[in-house]
Amino acid sequence: MSNLNKIKRRVVTNAENKSFWKAAGQGQLMVGFCNACGQNHYYPRSMCPICYSTDTGLKETSGLGQIYSFAVTRQADPPYIIAYVTLDEGVTMLTNIVDCDAGALCIGQRVRVHFVEAEDGCAIPMFTPL
Amino acid sequence: MSIRGKAFIAGIYEHPCRGAADKTLAQLHAEIAKAALADAGLSMGDVDAYFCAGDAPGLGPLNMIEYLGLQNVRHMDSTETGGSSYLVHVNHAAQAIAAGHCNIALITLAGRPLADAKEGKSGRFHNTEAPDFPFEAPFGANVANMYAMCAKRHMHEFGTTSEQLAWIKVAASHHAQYNENARLRNIVTVDEVLASPMIADPLHRLDCCVITDGGGGLVVVSEAVARGLRRPLVKVLGAGEAPKHLSAGRVDLTFSGARWSGLKAFEEAGVTAKDIKYASIYDSFTITVLETIEDLGFCEKGAGGRFVSDGNLISGVGRLPFNTDGGGLCNNHPGNRGGMTKVIEAVRQVRGEAHPRVQVPDCDIALAHGTGGLLGSRMGSATLVLGHQDA
Ligand SMILES: [Zn+2]
Repeated sequence: MSNLNKIKRRVVTNAENKSFWKAAGQGQLMVGFCNACGQNHYYPRSMCPICYSTDTGLKETSGLGQIYSFAVTRQADPPYIIAYVTLDEGVTMLTNIVDCDAGALCIGQRVRVHFVEAEDGCAIPMFTPL
Repeated sequence: MSIRGKAFIAGIYEHPCRGAADKTLAQLHAEIAKAALADAGLSMGDVDAYFCAGDAPGLGPLNMIEYLGLQNVRHMDSTETGGSSYLVHVNHAAQAIAAGHCNIALITLAGRPLADAKEGKSGRFHNTEAPDFPFEAPFGANVANMYAMCAKRHMHEFGTTSEQLAWIKVAASHHAQYNENARLRNIVTVDEVLASPMIADPLHRLDCCVITDGGGGLVVVSEAVARGLRRPLVKVLGAGEAPKHLSAGRVDLTFSGARWSGLKAFEEAGVTAKDIKYASIYDSFTITVLETIEDLGFCEKGAGGRFVSDGNLISGVGRLPFNTDGGGLCNNHPGNRGGMTKVIEAVRQVRGEAHPRVQVPDCDIALAHGTGGLLGSRMGSATLVLGHQDA
């Protein structure tokens, strides 16, 4: 319903998150993964927020999940949909839902990642209903 | 060490202005400091501890202690948890007093978001160095839509309705009609809330708090100082503070940190939710109130919608009189930070100095709760239980 390319969206990259955004540019949605405890985390960090090991890296996801919650931001022009999506890999991430009928969206709906190019060329992981 | 009974709130002041285009930020802090101390029967020279949060200019206490001309400060605290900071400050002041570090603590808040916007200053502070920033900002996360997602999920899990949320605003408006300084004084109906423009689905404009310039202050003192003042004394019975965050991606938007801060405050005070005669509940949005009421144990988790309906939060009508000044929803939310005014109205209630039309009879035990940051991501929750001097 909304043309997100018109909205200013920039990504602040840094030493800790650049590999996440590089993978996004190649069409891969990653989560943080800890080699010590074997658990996923989001957003990705150099130190595992569950067991505090620094033996961490990224793990590619299926790009599939379901909507945990969402809100149509109507005061924006054009309106856009912010959402939390729970990935099949078990972690929940903040995102947008795009290319959809806002009136038909519901919590629990299955969605797939859809990368949208930001102003600065970064690929931003958004989702669209299956 | 328990702080129960170790400290008293002796002075309060809520700045009457709601627009401060003609005043600087530091000037507002100064007017508030002087007036809060006067309310306690004290003066600037008596202050030996100063507390402020991120709203204060510069390095907070350093710039403000100089500007205010405070000469006897031996304890400083600039704890910043957003809008709940000032409840945390009361807790920390009580701890410092109990430990013998100080006797007379001054806490001030001021803000001028309306004036700043007119002057073209950026009102919102975005810290791009925050590690979460790159994973949230690109999606257009803002205050309203982050709270809206909490409301949406609460509706999904518990059947909460927009009508039920609207009752919270209706109750606040019934109280605000008696407050001559309130930003919004008109009584509104559930239908009027639902007919107001949708901001972020399912939150309407009237589900949101007001934006105001102004501020407020508190003076927290030791028992020895308190006994020498000719003011009604309000005892700090218990306090709790708790962070809540996204837990590495294990997200649950249906509860707030009040679940933990409330438990701690009640334990320390030796009371339960049933003993609370009046509650100031942080009301950045209607959903903030609803989740907090559940988390503090005023009703079961999920039953908040039914609890707040039919005027149950209106003083003289319902079981839990709340925000009798009109709250952030109608009265005042200075500097986008509602914690200070929550404490102030709770103190008025315990003193018996609330507006006669909203004063709770025999209000010996009251609660104030703050929610800083965002209900939809990371927040600092803080709860105070306050009581009459004999409580
Ligand atoms: Zn780990």
